[in-house]
Amino acid sequence: MPEGNGVLVVGEISEARLIATTSELLNAGGKLADSLGQPLHAVLLGTNLSNASEEAASYGASKVFLAEHPLLDEGHVEAHVTALQQVCQQAQPSVLLIARTQLGREVGPRLAFRLGVGLAQDAVGVSVDPDTKKLLVTRPVYGGNALAVVALSCIPQIVTVRPKAFEVAAKDEGLRGEVVRVPVEIPTSVVRTRVVERVSGEAAGVKLEEARVVVAGGRGLGGPEPFQELEKLAKLLGGTIGASRPACDAGWIDARSQIGLTGKTITPDLYVAVAISGACQHMAGCSGAKVIVAVNNDPKADIFKEARYGVVGDWRKILPAFTEAVRELVR
Amino acid sequence: MKIIVCAKQVLDPETPSSIFKIDRDAKRAVPPPGADPVVNGFDEIAMEAALRIKASAGGSITVVSMGRSFVMDVIKKPLAMGADELILLQDDAFETADSFITANVLAAAIRKIGKFDLILCGRQASDWDNAQVPLGLAELLDLPCLTFAKNVELSNGSVRVQRVTPDGHEVLEAALPALVTVSNELGEPRTPSIKGIMASTRATPTVWGLGDLGVDPSSCARVELVELFIPAREKRCEMIEGEDDTDAGRKLALKLREAKLI
Repeated sequence: MPEGNGVLVVGEISEARLIATTSELLNAGGKLADSLGQPLHAVLLGTNLSNASEEAASYGASKVFLAEHPLLDEGHVEAHVTALQQVCQQAQPSVLLIARTQLGREVGPRLAFRLGVGLAQDAVGVSVDPDTKKLLVTRPVYGGNALAVVALSCIPQIVTVRPKAFEVAAKDEGLRGEVVRVPVEIPTSVVRTRVVERVSGEAAGVKLEEARVVVAGGRGLGGPEPFQELEKLAKLLGGTIGASRPACDAGWIDARSQIGLTGKTITPDLYVAVAISGACQHMAGCSGAKVIVAVNNDPKADIFKEARYGVVGDWRKILPAFTEAVRELVR
Repeated sequence: MKIIVCAKQVLDPETPSSIFKIDRDAKRAVPPPGADPVVNGFDEIAMEAALRIKASAGGSITVVSMGRSFVMDVIKKPLAMGADELILLQDDAFETADSFITANVLAAAIRKIGKFDLILCGRQASDWDNAQVPLGLAELLDLPCLTFAKNVELSNGSVRVQRVTPDGHEVLEAALPALVTVSNELGEPRTPSIKGIMASTRATPTVWGLGDLGVDPSSCARVELVELFIPAREKRCEMIEGEDDTDAGRKLALKLREAKLI
């Protein structure tokens, strides 16, 4: 296996600042770099990168590569892949960490195939094998029912990392990194998909994937109306609502709220599951929640196996009392 | 209009976790006895998208599936739904194929099929959850790639999709031929008709082995599976009880407050 040098974190930027996941990656990457005895580097793509560059350095990147090009501001996957290919050529990293965001989940695989190297998707844990010095990447498979540990046979070892799988890095404003500008060439012809229209704000309020609290309902709710009750509770807790597949299939709530294998994967601090039995395919989407609270009338429901707190009983009585008590407590 | 749909046979994701088993030595999931696999749910949705396009634009649908072995009644489902042709890529070596081998084998098969306008894939498979193969295919076949589609339409030699984003959607367009991955927001795949099922039982899929495809899987392998296991779960659910349900609801709130969760 040819050697590379450095753990390179691909930064992602929103409104001129690093997104939180980039800081999580710099934390995970810093530990890997220490184990490998290699430096921690970052790469930023876009324009007006100076603030984000200082930020990356303050999180521990000793060198920050800047790939400046207007096409990179648009979030075009093809442009990012083309630029990163050139950055890798110059930086020769041994490890490349990419956030598994909307952009990263596509950039990662495409870059890996373009470079002809392997990729581990959706990492929730990374370590270094003390003997081979290869990465050992832990990732959930079979809808979170199992964990796989994989190793990659080529350099760079590319890993896309699940958001919130790691804590954010400690910040030290005093740290300064060396800035290296990489002249990237991105012919406009590489961008072969055209954005005709962007529609945002369809899902009102907090985004499911980013919500700190999610209150979700399932088949046992029996209709669309109870979701208004869940909505009230979610608002009180500063969160948003979700649903299991049966509730979405029945049309009680928009399919965009679906949590599970065939829906969204969420990682809130608190997940309140009301009248959800906890089928595998649902748990696949929410097992990353820090704390699961389950309300179900069936004491044998699978959801209680994964829940931290549970109440067995009729949600029609439990939920209003719970919501009312929460209202008083958070006031 | 020639559409290719990639479909994978997977362990039924509705398998209750209590009977989900892993063979740690063989590093693979053990299907519960008597339980049939299913066509990956997202791939069925890709099939649904293909059928909708065929209904409006005409043409044909070829389904390609790769695996070590197939349950015929299962993998023929896309035919029963209305696909015109099923090609099975079958070899013992595919049992442990990583995403790189899979994408290379599928790419070889698609090159062998020849001319096509659109490749439709599910956004990910429900067993390994990699979501890599479609993107890899697009790279290997040098195609524009549009992902997470909830709607797919064709017009004047291009494809237009509504792509699901975290807070809404975007409308994307690319010239054909192109590759599109579909998401669950596209809608439920149709149930095969009796007539469709009858026709599919009579149909014989084309089978291609490694020799037909000219791919050496060992040279494509990039990911080594070191370990596969079911994580230990501590049974630690604290049941909140009260005088009645209303009281339990109140106590739950107090408990969460105590735990500083609200």
